[in-house]
Parts: sequence; structure tokens; C-alpha cells
Amino acid sequence: MTATSLAAADGGLPPAAAAHADPAAEPFATAPSRAARLLRSPSFMVGAVIVLFWVFCAVFGPLVVPHDPYGDDLLNTLAPPSAAHWFGTDQIGRDIFSRVIVGARPILSVAPLATLVATVAGTTLGLLTGYVGGWLDSLIGRLIEVLLALPLIVVALLVLVALGPSSSTVIGVIGIIFTPLIARTVRSAVLSERSLDYVSAAELRGEGALHIMFVEILPNVLPPILVETTVRLGYAIFTVASLSFLGFGIQPPSADWGLAISENYGMMTGGYWWTVSFAAAATASLVVGVNLVADGVQAVFE
Amino acid sequence: MLARFARQAGRRLGLAVLTLALLSVVVFAGAQVLPGDVGRAILGPLADPDAVAAINHEVGADRPAIETYFTWIGHFLVGDMGRSYTFRTPVAPFVGTALLNSLKLAAVAFVIVVPLSIGAGVYAAMRAGQWQDRAISVVSLSLTVVPEFVSSIALILVLGIWLRWLPISASTRPGTPVLEQLRHLILPALPLVIVLFGYIARMARAGTLEALDSDYARTAVLKGLPQRTVIVRHVLGNALLPTITVVAAQVGYMIGGLVVVESLFRYQGIGSLILNAARGKDFPMLEAGILTVGAIFVATTLVADSLYTVLNPRLREGGR
Repeated sequence: MTATSLAAADGGLPPAAAAHADPAAEPFATAPSRAARLLRSPSFMVGAVIVLFWVFCAVFGPLVVPHDPYGDDLLNTLAPPSAAHWFGTDQIGRDIFSRVIVGARPILSVAPLATLVATVAGTTLGLLTGYVGGWLDSLIGRLIEVLLALPLIVVALLVLVALGPSSSTVIGVIGIIFTPLIARTVRSAVLSERSLDYVSAAELRGEGALHIMFVEILPNVLPPILVETTVRLGYAIFTVASLSFLGFGIQPPSADWGLAISENYGMMTGGYWWTVSFAAAATASLVVGVNLVADGVQAVFE
Repeated sequence: MLARFARQAGRRLGLAVLTLALLSVVVFAGAQVLPGDVGRAILGPLADPDAVAAINHEVGADRPAIETYFTWIGHFLVGDMGRSYTFRTPVAPFVGTALLNSLKLAAVAFVIVVPLSIGAGVYAAMRAGQWQDRAISVVSLSLTVVPEFVSSIALILVLGIWLRWLPISASTRPGTPVLEQLRHLILPALPLVIVLFGYIARMARAGTLEALDSDYARTAVLKGLPQRTVIVRHVLGNALLPTITVVAAQVGYMIGGLVVVESLFRYQGIGSLILNAARGKDFPMLEAGILTVGAIFVATTLVADSLYTVLNPRLREGGR
């Protein structure tokens, strides 16, 4: 997932672009040793295993689950965990184990897509503001101030009420809100690159601004973009899950975890703990996993 | 120097006002321009066109957006937040009551989290690199990223239902003694505490490490002061400065968290006001709630920045 966002982040550059960059600018020269350091970091590995597990469930879940996650069984509602239903059944008798496994898919499509949108747009904007500067730069600065003045959830609510909740709106809203935040990171990385010799050399060669931004500078600012993207992915999952819980994110009858908790938390006081606990544990493990990965990436690339 | 300070304060205030003005445009656009047909958005696709037109006229959606905006913001500035579509009464009293309730909840959360996280951060810094430091950082990092509704579920199940230590409903009957009211707020405050703990502890740790590494701290150690004295007298003051801004910046996050927590614990605060307005498409209520929240955030940031400047002589000189 990180690899796809990265590939998209460089705007589909040919592989030759990397070789084209100044060899003195390091990211590619040290890439293997960085990967080795990541693999040696225990917290990164734990995080990676958790995330890969859920990615597996998201991709193959529907093929491996023991029951139909959407099939109700009105004679067997709210059954506690048993050999037949490992995690019990919900209010209309659906198998919770199957729903938790399949429920990885909606959140693992919406959150990464939102992050991808923000990474592509934010990288472009950051390159522009960092390299070109001027009024665009101050405009973005102000925009970030305004965006940060409101909690993410509240902005998202406002837009989702106006446009009506749907997965694609959620992707758009989170993508747009994260764009200036990623742009800010990219911008500051670009600012420290633009005074380097390879940029002046390209300018002297008469290269156009677009070439300098996307072919010369971009490969050299990939590490901070990678770090920011993984961190943002964690926030995106947090936000999508919360929005689904509030009823403004992923919509029924999806097996989404946030949605499952919102449908069932009223049952908790009745002693039906299994209707919410497993979805809650799944959400918690996914966000913690992604953030352990982000933490490891951050430690190695910064 | 005083003149420079005043100029700085004036600049900050100007920026804050500008941010608020932009914010009001964003909120207005979100609530009145984005839905396109406001009347249709409220009444749904099957409603009678005449009813839709009547609503549009009532809220002013049939006039140019610019005109409506200035009417709206003009009334807002003198305290008239409009009338709720749902309750057919002025919005302002609802916002006032909700704000007060949220303030109580937020205060309980801050009272728990600030000493706890600063203590943990300072302790981690003093044990930097050892297992205690590592444990605090992994635990706080992991707790910080768990959405409030998830930690709420765990807290309700364990503390509220199995152990029965804390009441699981946040609201109390009128006339309940203050202490009992506060007891009802502890469980809803804990999810907020869990998220905030990591941020504040991390800042406190970084600030303490930096202060410990400074020349004045080294001098204090070298002249033979006991570690306790060095920490309390020389390190803490400097270490906690940046933490103040972090705590203030979390007010914004806190309000987002309140939306989730208040709805889960059925507590009548500003968060549940915004959520209910969103669910009921009560746009005046929604606008008022969101703008109030934004204003609070901008104001706290302003105060925190000023406090930071006042407490930090180097910034007062206009050094950075």
C-alpha cells in the first residue's frame, strides 16, 4: 500500500528518473541499508505483521470466512461465542467472526485512497509552493491555519452533511483536508533542496520549472513524503473509523467495524459484549499497527 | 521593547481575526452553498416544491450568496445566531448550555491528563534510552492513535459494566451534588485522556531532554546540586514552556473528540450539538456550533502563543 502511494506520488515517473537525479543526493544510494534497518526494528515488524494480516483479510476475507457475513439468522440472534460462531452473532444473527474479517476491506480501501489523493495533490502543491513560492505560498499557509482551526471530524461532518455521506465523499473530504498538511511537509523539504547545486545546474542547463520540480527535486524529497504519507494513513484510518461510527462514513449493510460498533453499542449494557468488543479490538489493532509502521519509517528515514 | 511586544500582539490578533473571517466563509460555504438547494437538502427528494421554495425563502437561499453571507455574519457578530430549523427557537441559548457542559467535561479530562502526561514525559526523559522510557513511548504512542469510540467501548465494558467502578452515563438529574456530577464525567473524560496523554507526554519528554542537555543544566549538575534540585529548579520551567502550546493546540482536537464521546455517552455538549444538528440537517445550529468551536480554538491558540512569549524572554526580544 505504501509502495502504491509512493509510485503514484512521483506522478508515474519512468524508473530512469531515479538514475537521473544527482548521485550525491542520497535516498537511493542508501535505500537497501534503510530497508535492512526497518527489518531489524521490532516495533516496525510487529506493526507490519498486523497490517499485513488485515490487508490479507481485506483481500481474501470473503473467500475464507466460515459464514456469510451478510446472511441473517433470526432464530440465532445475539448468540454468545461458541464453536459454531467463534465471536457470537449480532442482533439479526449474522456471524460476527466473518463480519470482523470481511470488515477490514471497507476501511482499508477508503483510508488508503484518501491518503493517496492527499499525497498526490499535496506533493504537487508542495513542489509548486516550495519551488515557485510567492502568493501561492502565503495562500496555502493561511489555508492550513484555517483548516487546523477546526477538528478534522467537524470539517468532515460539515461537508458530509452538505453532500450526503458516501465512501467517495469521505475519500474526497479527507483527501482535501490532508492535502495542505502534506503540501507543508513537501514544501519545507523542497525549500532546503532548491538552494543545492544540482538545482542551479539544471536551471543553467535551461530546464523548465516542471522538469526541475518533478524530475530533479521530487526524487530527493521522497523520504519525507513517505514518512508523512504513513503518518497520514494512521490519521485517515482514525478519522474514517470515527466517521463510520457517527453514521457519516461507510454506510450499511457494510461489515465495517466502526459501523458495527455504532449499530451494537446500545447492547453492551445488556451483557452482549461480543457484539462490539471484537470490532473494537480489530480497529485498535489496525491503527496501532499502522502507527508502529509509521513510527519505524519515521525513525529510519528522518 | 514594550512597543515591539505590542506590535507582535497586534499582528497575532490581526491574523486570528483573519483566520476567523476565512473560517466563517468556509462554514457558510459548507452549510449554505455546498448543499445547493438547502430546502431540498432539508426536506428530502420527495418533498413538495412549494415547501422547498418556502424554506429556501425563509433561510434566504433564494438571494445571492454574498448578500446572505453578510446578513448572517452581521447577525452572528451581535450574538444573533439564527433560529434552529428543528426547534424553531433561537440557536444561541442551546450553544451556551452545550458549551458549559462541554467545558465541564473538558476540564475533567485536562485535570486528569496534564499532571499525568507531564509526569510521565519528565520521568521518561530522566530514564532516556532505558526500558522505562521505551515502554512509556510505545504505550503512549499506541494509546494516542486509538479512536475514542474504541477506547470508550473498552472502558465502558471494563470499568462500567464488569467492575462497576464508574457510572456509564454522563448526564445526571438536575440538583445532583457537584461531586457526584464530576464522578459521572470521569468515564467519558478517560477516552480523551488516553488520546491526549501521548501528545503531551511526548512534548514534555522532548522539552525535558533539551533542557537537561543545556549548558545551564550541566552547570547546575557540575556545581554539585542534587538531581532533584536540578530538575525542579532548572529544568522543569524551561521544559514545560513548549508543552503549554501543545496543551492549547489540543483544545482543537479535544472538540473533535467531544463529538464522538458526547454522542456515545449521551451528554448534551457542543460536540453532540454539532452532531445532532448534522444528523437533523439543522444548518443554523450546525453553523453556530462549528463557528463557536473555531472561535474557541483560535482564541486559545492566541492566548497560548502570548503566554509562551511572556514566559520566554528570548522570544520577547523578538529573537525568532
